[in-house]
Amino acid sequence: MIECRNLTKIYKSGDNQTKALDDVSFSIADGEFVAIMGPSGSGKSTLMHILGALDTPSSGKYLLDGKDVSKLSDDELAIIRMKKIGFVFQSFNLLPRTTVLRNVMLPLIYEKVPRKEREVRAAETLRAVDLPMERWQHLSNQLSGGQMQRVAIARALVNDPSLILADEPTGNLDSRTGDFVLDTFRKLNEEKKHTIILITHEEEVASWAKRVIFIKDGKIISDKKNNPSV
Amino acid sequence: MFLKDTLFETYSAIVANKARTSLTILGIVIGICSVIVMVAIGNGAKEQIENNIQSIGSNLLMIRPGAHKSPGSFIRGGMGSAQTLVMTDAQAIETEISEIELVAPISSGEYQVIAEGNNTRTSITGVTENYALVRNVEMETGSFVTLQQQNRLTKVAVIGPDVKDALFESDDDVLGKKIRINGIDFTIIGVTAAKGGTGFTSSDDIIYVPLSTYQQYFQGNEYLSMINVKVANQNSMTSVEDEIENLLLERHNLIDVDDADFNIMNQGDIVETASSVTDTLTILLGAVAGISLVVGGIGIMNMMLTSVTERTREIGLRKAIGAKSRDIGWQFLFESVALTFAGGIIGIVLGIVVSWMVENFFGTKTMVSEFSIILSFAVSAVIGMVFGYYPARRASRLNPIEALRYE
Repeated sequence: MIECRNLTKIYKSGDNQTKALDDVSFSIADGEFVAIMGPSGSGKSTLMHILGALDTPSSGKYLLDGKDVSKLSDDELAIIRMKKIGFVFQSFNLLPRTTVLRNVMLPLIYEKVPRKEREVRAAETLRAVDLPMERWQHLSNQLSGGQMQRVAIARALVNDPSLILADEPTGNLDSRTGDFVLDTFRKLNEEKKHTIILITHEEEVASWAKRVIFIKDGKIISDKKNNPSV
Repeated sequence: MFLKDTLFETYSAIVANKARTSLTILGIVIGICSVIVMVAIGNGAKEQIENNIQSIGSNLLMIRPGAHKSPGSFIRGGMGSAQTLVMTDAQAIETEISEIELVAPISSGEYQVIAEGNNTRTSITGVTENYALVRNVEMETGSFVTLQQQNRLTKVAVIGPDVKDALFESDDDVLGKKIRINGIDFTIIGVTAAKGGTGFTSSDDIIYVPLSTYQQYFQGNEYLSMINVKVANQNSMTSVEDEIENLLLERHNLIDVDDADFNIMNQGDIVETASSVTDTLTILLGAVAGISLVVGGIGIMNMMLTSVTERTREIGLRKAIGAKSRDIGWQFLFESVALTFAGGIIGIVLGIVVSWMVENFFGTKTMVSEFSIILSFAVSAVIGMVFGYYPARRASRLNPIEALRYE
């Protein structure tokens, strides 16, 4: 459960003040599949950073599962990210020269999960994203783009987060593998009831989500239900 | 984060870039290796000098002329340069002081020596028959100078092995052969056994002749360059030293000890002096080697900074998935410490091997001390921490958002 109340983010550089987010309020229930859309410079990245507990708002409140995240210290934010949030990036950000399995297990080492359990949980999520088992011991740089992104999704899922944040997850993929990755998200949402937030500037990508929040100049322009185009 | 996991992350990162890792480690390896070798050479020199001095005899007093201060002057004459000791001084010591085993006065100088068309320049030392006993001179072949030869001013010579090598073919039988010292013919009656040692402690590059002969043909006067006294009991060294001092002061009509025109050294003083010289040498060598260790440390810092920059996105990712600043900091600090530690171990092993080679191929005695090994271990770990701290702190303080965006 996500609740944002009057989120404002102001960047200062010298005498200039830029309002990246201007009094944004909305909430997302558990199990929703939401796309946040907007052109570049609209404030959607800033919003993602706040939702992902990478940054804190200048003012306003951000409640994640009822806990106020907006005033936490760096270390407390790290703990929130560790336990409640899974990231999927445009450029995958897998560790190179490292096996798929170790990449997926990486978040768990910071959570002090015992080694045996790490392997079990990593295997579970790799199955959930349909990555064939023979690939698990491959090095991450030996995979295709689509496979890499699915490994990244598995990594995002492995700590069983309340929220999966995907930042332009298909930006580096061709449309066919992109669709495959988006379908993976759809399945995770429908079958496993994961809460997924998709940040994108493409309408076609946003159309996979069940709800689209459109922002521009730091303000929400529209927030409407979508009829998935499948 | 478990320690085990931090170590594993460290290991993976180090192994990931083998070429750069090994080059960086090489800096530390060379640093540690040279510290070990240099200190080993210094210690070896110290040990060898001490051994040489001990082999001369440990309850030995050496009285040399000189160190005389003329009234009102602050200038002291150089040791051995003055002419203040004479044969009667030596005889007086032998007769008037108890607890003395032997007295061996000598006089020496450098002269040209010719034999069979070869020539060399070496130390000619006039000795009495006691000298061999006092200074532990052993014979390879033939005999040492005798009392009879001393009394009769015989022109005989006992040569050291280095002199023999310089003048004769190695397998020649030199006994009975003639050598010409400063234009005067001498007959060789013996060759001393090699004692080893180099430089000022060498007793192999020397020719012994009867003291009376030396004074008659080379020196033309009665003065001595040294009186060696072998004390009967090592415990009475100090008291004998005082007695000799008083006796000689009295004989030379001097009252104040400060005016003494002679100098008594006992073996302990010499060992101490030599030790302090070689200690300084060891410190100097160690310091020079230490500089290369610091340079190696800077290499580590350089590599770690490059690594932090290169892995900015990785650091951003790790932070995004829950790594705290200190997890990142530890990971990078461990990395640099692991590098220097590995370098330290390799350097120590290499240092021991090189020391061994120096001793066996160049003949310079070396002694690898446990102290220098422990010190190297500690220093390499400390260097890892010192030079790794700044890069690690930089990594841990990276902002995850900017780090993830870094191209």
